[in-house]
Amino acid sequence: MTIIPLDRARAADGAGGGQPVLEARGLTKHFPVHSQRGARRAVVHAVEDVSLALPQAGITAVVGESGSGKSTLARLLARLIKPTAGSVLLDGAAAPGRQRYARQVQLVLQDPYSSLNPVHDVRYHLARPLRVHGLASSGSLDTQIAELLGRVALTPAEVFAAKYPHELSGGQRQRVAIARALAVRPRVLLADEPVSMLDVSIRLGVLNLLADLREREGLAILYVTHDIASARYLADVITVMYAGQLIESGPAAQVTDEPAHPYTKLLLSAAPDPDRTQTASLRGRGAPPNLIRPPGGCRFHPRCPFAMAVCADERPEPIEVAPGQSSACWLHATGLTAAQSRPLGPAHGPVGPGEEKR
Amino acid sequence: MSDASDVLIEVRGLCVDYGIGDGAVHAVVDADLELRRGEVLGLAGESGSGKSTLAYAITRLLRPPGVITAGSARFGASVNLLSAGQRELRGLRWNEIAVVLQSSMNALNPVLSIGTQFADVLRAHRPDMSRADRRARSGQLLEMVGIPADRLASYPHELSGGMRQRVMIATALALDPSVVIMDEPTTALDVVTQREILEELMALRDRLGFAVLFISHDLSLLAEIADSIAVMYAGRLVERAAAAAIFRAPRHPYSLGLLSSFPALHGPRVALEGIPGSPPDLRNMPSGCTFHPRCGYVFGRCRSDSPPLLDLDGGTRAAACWLQDGHTAVPAELGRPEPVTAEAVTAEAVTAEAVTAEAVTAEAVTAEAEPTGGRS
Repeated sequence: MTIIPLDRARAADGAGGGQPVLEARGLTKHFPVHSQRGARRAVVHAVEDVSLALPQAGITAVVGESGSGKSTLARLLARLIKPTAGSVLLDGAAAPGRQRYARQVQLVLQDPYSSLNPVHDVRYHLARPLRVHGLASSGSLDTQIAELLGRVALTPAEVFAAKYPHELSGGQRQRVAIARALAVRPRVLLADEPVSMLDVSIRLGVLNLLADLREREGLAILYVTHDIASARYLADVITVMYAGQLIESGPAAQVTDEPAHPYTKLLLSAAPDPDRTQTASLRGRGAPPNLIRPPGGCRFHPRCPFAMAVCADERPEPIEVAPGQSSACWLHATGLTAAQSRPLGPAHGPVGPGEEKR
Repeated sequence: MSDASDVLIEVRGLCVDYGIGDGAVHAVVDADLELRRGEVLGLAGESGSGKSTLAYAITRLLRPPGVITAGSARFGASVNLLSAGQRELRGLRWNEIAVVLQSSMNALNPVLSIGTQFADVLRAHRPDMSRADRRARSGQLLEMVGIPADRLASYPHELSGGMRQRVMIATALALDPSVVIMDEPTTALDVVTQREILEELMALRDRLGFAVLFISHDLSLLAEIADSIAVMYAGRLVERAAAAAIFRAPRHPYSLGLLSSFPALHGPRVALEGIPGSPPDLRNMPSGCTFHPRCGYVFGRCRSDSPPLLDLDGGTRAAACWLQDGHTAVPAELGRPEPVTAEAVTAEAVTAEAVTAEAVTAEAVTAEAEPTGGRS
């Protein structure tokens, strides 16, 4: 087995200087929920004021637990749903109309067992975007499809083009889904948990394919995942989301080796790690909050072992803790008054209804 | 080594098919397994590897078209699990062998409160227990898994996924079983919740002393919690060893490939290869070793003969690979020396039977532990 040291950090530096291809500014999404008796309009605060930039030829990972808003963020960036507030910028300008936007930004979904239509063959799935976007030339359609399948390493192309989704393995299906996204030659690929439904032994193949596409074609890739180890492997930059908010971001190895935010530390201590020398002790147990009535201040404060008085009152702004790494936590703030920095103690926060109680 | 009376479940040559005749799919082929008292045995494998089927077969929960075609499975010294009648199974299930399934959503009855479901288990298996005792025991069980006893009145939909899974674990422990079989008990949960539940489970195991057969696709998780690990591929057991031995010194190319499919959380970032190809279709199995089409070390014999599970290192571990039969030079990455643990060092001193004498030094211990961050 060959081991190639990755030199991705350098690639990221080179790309980071220019303008990001896709940028989110203060994206917020509130989903209305039907409250009982229709008394007050309740909303789920799914994504709150998230700003993010995807550089060309860069892979940005969004890591979070279920309900953290990471998939909603991917859908907002794909413009499948409208933001409550904030904007999406493509090349620094307001995003164009839907079809023109889709030529630049494509989304790959988690479940290749349901994202492909079982009654159509692979050829149909790949020809569709080419036709819809007027990229298909009738004479060379087969060549185009063969080329697409080649880009995702599904060869021999003629064989795969004629197959139906049920004849393919999970990994092959996900490759078809990626090929479909690549058909319009987009510059941004949004991958929402692209490997979590796949078997362990084939996950790496799909991750390496994404890394390849970035290197060969200069794609800007958003990698949404709950698996922080795979984010460390694939991405240049890791951003961590908790309860709809972006709480930490920085170079991938930096965030995983020197996490600054207590939630990132919690996430890392919970990840399976056979190299761990001693039993991990979790700090900050419990479950994410109810997003219909999220806790005030920092949304992590009811679970945070280091919570202070200020954490319950005011939302912390991101603070740079190392070059390129920022963390939205009051612990990094200087000049807090004694009253503000008073610890809240171990049993400080009410844990939301229906949540885990420790 | 512990003596034979310690073995709680002993499986020999177990074969399970789905369907009958030529069209039958061989889901489990010739599986040998031993679960000892108080041990956590991890059963690792991908989907379709037969790990769940194996568990269903030994608990006799296998449903048609699943058929046990050969082999034996014993519980303790006296009970033959495969020939036991319904009466005998009834006495065994939940009392001695409890099962926790992956999806607690489907395992709990949505229209009954948690307390009622606990009471059902206790009423069925402990008919002489009074109502008040049942209630007290139910509350005690819930608190054991970290849920306040007043939650007995809750219905499953009022609990989070993690809490429901805890309830399942509590019901499994209701009658103090000696074996708990867990089929991907935490896979559907978030990492933090998963970790909490595993920690609690291990603490309970230390306190109550039950043995666990822990089925998971996540080898890195098993390496952390299990005492020993059995790896399955396409229906066959391909490797069996102590957890640390599998993790540090795998002997089967598939185990090695699985291990290099999990990116590390530390150390330099290296490109990982994973395993090329995908698991075989069980209806159309490759000849010889079922792993050979994906194996980087394949040679002539692998294509024609299926390797048996060979005892290695004096019977402490086993692997089903022709590379390990002693006639072939073993590649370095499949022949790494066994990790040296504190226990092993003491055992070594007692028996004075050196595996590799030069490895048993403090330096070797650190040297062994160091390079794993950049492990391929």
